[in-house]
Amino acid sequence: MRQPMRPSAPRSVVCSLLAVSLLSGCGSSASSGEGDPKTLTVVTHDSWNMSKEVLGQFKAETGITVKVQPQGDAGQLTNKLVLTKNSPLADGVYGIDNSFASRAVDENVLASYDSKALPDSAEEFRLAGDGADRLTPVDYGDVCVNVDDTWFADKKLPAPMTLEDLTKPAYKDLFVTPGATTSSPGLAFLLATISAEGDDWPDFWKKLMANGAKVTSGWTDAYEVDFTAGGGKGDRPIVTSYSSSPPFTVPEGETQPTTHALLDTCFRQVEYAGVLKGAENPAGMEKFIDFMLGREFQEALPDNMYVYPVDRSATLPESWAEFAPVAPNPFLVDAVEISANRTEWLRAWRDITSR
Amino acid sequence: MIGLGWASPPAHRLGTAALAAVPLAALVLFFLYPVGGMLARGFWPEGSFAPGEVLEVLGRPRVHRVLWFTLWSAVSATFVAVLVGLPVAFALHRLLFPGRDLVRALVVVPFVLPTVVVGVAFRQLIAPSGPLGSLGLDGTAIAIVAALVFFNISVVVRTVGAFWETIDPRREEAAAALGASPWQVLRTVTLPALLPGIVSAASVVFLFCATSFGVVLTMGGLRYANVETEIYLLTTQELDLSGAAALSVLQVLVIVALLALSARVRRSTAPVDRSTRRVPRPRRAHLPVLLWTATVVVFLMAPLASLVIASLRRGERWGLQNYRALGTTGERNALLVPATDGLLNSLGIALVASLLSLTLGSIVAFLVSRPAGGRTTGLLDGLFMLPLGVSAVTVGFGFLITLDRPPLDLRSSALLIPIAQAMVALPLVVRTVGPVLRSIDDRQRQAASSLGAGPMRVLLTVDLPVAWRALLAALGFAFAVSLGEFGATSFLARDDNPTLPVVIYRLIGQPGAENFGMAMAASVVLATTTAAVMFAVQRLRVGSMGAF
Repeated sequence: MRQPMRPSAPRSVVCSLLAVSLLSGCGSSASSGEGDPKTLTVVTHDSWNMSKEVLGQFKAETGITVKVQPQGDAGQLTNKLVLTKNSPLADGVYGIDNSFASRAVDENVLASYDSKALPDSAEEFRLAGDGADRLTPVDYGDVCVNVDDTWFADKKLPAPMTLEDLTKPAYKDLFVTPGATTSSPGLAFLLATISAEGDDWPDFWKKLMANGAKVTSGWTDAYEVDFTAGGGKGDRPIVTSYSSSPPFTVPEGETQPTTHALLDTCFRQVEYAGVLKGAENPAGMEKFIDFMLGREFQEALPDNMYVYPVDRSATLPESWAEFAPVAPNPFLVDAVEISANRTEWLRAWRDITSR
Repeated sequence: MIGLGWASPPAHRLGTAALAAVPLAALVLFFLYPVGGMLARGFWPEGSFAPGEVLEVLGRPRVHRVLWFTLWSAVSATFVAVLVGLPVAFALHRLLFPGRDLVRALVVVPFVLPTVVVGVAFRQLIAPSGPLGSLGLDGTAIAIVAALVFFNISVVVRTVGAFWETIDPRREEAAAALGASPWQVLRTVTLPALLPGIVSAASVVFLFCATSFGVVLTMGGLRYANVETEIYLLTTQELDLSGAAALSVLQVLVIVALLALSARVRRSTAPVDRSTRRVPRPRRAHLPVLLWTATVVVFLMAPLASLVIASLRRGERWGLQNYRALGTTGERNALLVPATDGLLNSLGIALVASLLSLTLGSIVAFLVSRPAGGRTTGLLDGLFMLPLGVSAVTVGFGFLITLDRPPLDLRSSALLIPIAQAMVALPLVVRTVGPVLRSIDDRQRQAASSLGAGPMRVLLTVDLPVAWRALLAALGFAFAVSLGEFGATSFLARDDNPTLPVVIYRLIGQPGAENFGMAMAASVVLATTTAAVMFAVQRLRVGSMGAF
């Protein structure tokens, strides 16, 4: 092992010192139940938000307690798994999306598992190539341009419909988007434009920037500061967000949202789960993947994590069916292609937007 | 633990070494080893040593731009923060006026607020649609520097203030009596005596600014990048570890240069005479300083005021509903646990982290303040500044790849977060306590020894009476840092016991007026808690004074 800086004191000494000063023993870690089939550690992205009742159901069915550890956004999560593949962080992972799936597959961090629980209707989300039996699709969401209907009604201006509309003079200085290098919806929006415009996407972005598009670092900045219908009552009525955002804009005491998503501008993000290579409890993770594809978990997804279940027969909450429809023909970019080109695309994009 | 016999030199040296071993072991284990692990991954990309890739990164024009921006934004923010903060340090630590303790507590609040919240509050002020929109500051470098100053003024006020409090005013009075103008007194007596404190504060502020992450991302959009944001992108998005290693090495070089510079300044300073006299009430001549302080407090409170206003509003309705909602999990279950649980978790973690950093930090401060140490203590002092200057991403990822095997399988332990926070707060403790201890004339200790006092007795009768203010200030500071810490915490594994900043981050990352309102309310709660803790620490010391 290359370890340029070893602890100067023998570890046992260090440990006993620490044990005194920290009032705790060394190695009091989560994986203390080594090989314990009754506990399961799952690393996830930060958006993990499944209710304890649903996890309690899993425990009732299998006797397994799930420990969830959020590890950053999908990019951070994937990179941490790659860095720790020689001594895995957990038994399984949930939350790798299609823009990082190929990296996880190529770097060999996942064991193969082909869940029998995957419904036929979800086959369309399965990865092509090597990833097909490593990552199981669990849910998906659409990243779409959202518009503030109240603002457009006040200005008596028709709202835009397509990506091309965003470059028209009528919509000058009205669009704000989080950046592709710093934000996951920002990257999704860039991928939507790449899918829509093909090799001409840099020209599209030049036109977009020339038309006064504003690029912020994160979704929060774009939506909560610059967007007219966000928390900060900004001055831009067009924003990159999710197709699930509009139901949040129903004013108190009313029934209709004040925003809607443009369904012809959407990029589809699919989120996957997998068993980590070298896991202590792979069988437990396999059971958990099956559980995630089951009805209870699938139907709990929209209300808890604002994503759509891959199982088309799962019932959606009423407000979703009405105000958060999925895009009929979302833009797609193949996971292998994303993985091969991401760095190059992002550098080109950064050069155009920071000019 | 401090049962050192320094009656005989060899025993003295042994005792010092044993004492130094504790904080050193913590530093090696929780900082140098993880960072070294990450650097090694960059220098040995495919398992074989390939420094060429790292060198290639240093030649990239983008890296030059990033480095240049880091340096000038940090230098100018440090300069402004010191300039703005000095008069405030004077007013709050050398004058006694009603409400002083409250103002002192308020001044610290910005330092601990999560950058994402302050970023949003700041941007709501200066965005084209905001009240200061006409200034056209949104997305400019000036906005970044202003935000950095906003966060760091409290560091200057507290570090310099704690030092200033202990300086004997009689020398200044003597100079004035001999006919020196106030300006001459300031230039020839006060500033030279204060220099160690100022240098100490400035180097900490510089490191905070040079490694600031959230501020640059939020305020700069994507036009500006500093070394820290670049390491973040290279590590978490591109997995370009050679690039990240190159930039981390640059960070270390900058710190070493900075520390060498500040050590030179410090070495040239002499001990200061002490006074136990009570500080005076302000006179008419102090009016400018008080006005200045009032202006600075307004600047610091403006973004906070906009937070308070936003927290009292939901959509078009005003009231306390956002605060009441903190006991719930938010609109459409945005949270897994109520926000109030986050506050309790934060308080518990902050308690552990601040005690840990106070213990380790006081030992280091004690050691580096021994006049006999020379180069060794300089090195020790520098070593413990490193955690401030190295990227939190590198440390966080380093934890994952190094602390992964028994007996050190700590990477998913609940202790890791307080430990990481303690490492961040440790340099602040050293920098708050160290200069004060160093300013004690060693002859006092020698006199005590020759009168028969043992080392423990010397510590209690000479060092402690001078240092206790600084120790309490350091404890409060460490507690506050831990309460607001988000950077290191967010790169470590978290279980389902989120801290309040994590809760706020999650709420503000979801659409919905209720979630936004709750994020604002939770930020106000965090700010109020911090101010209350700082206020209590200041009150506490009155009681403890009788104990010595």
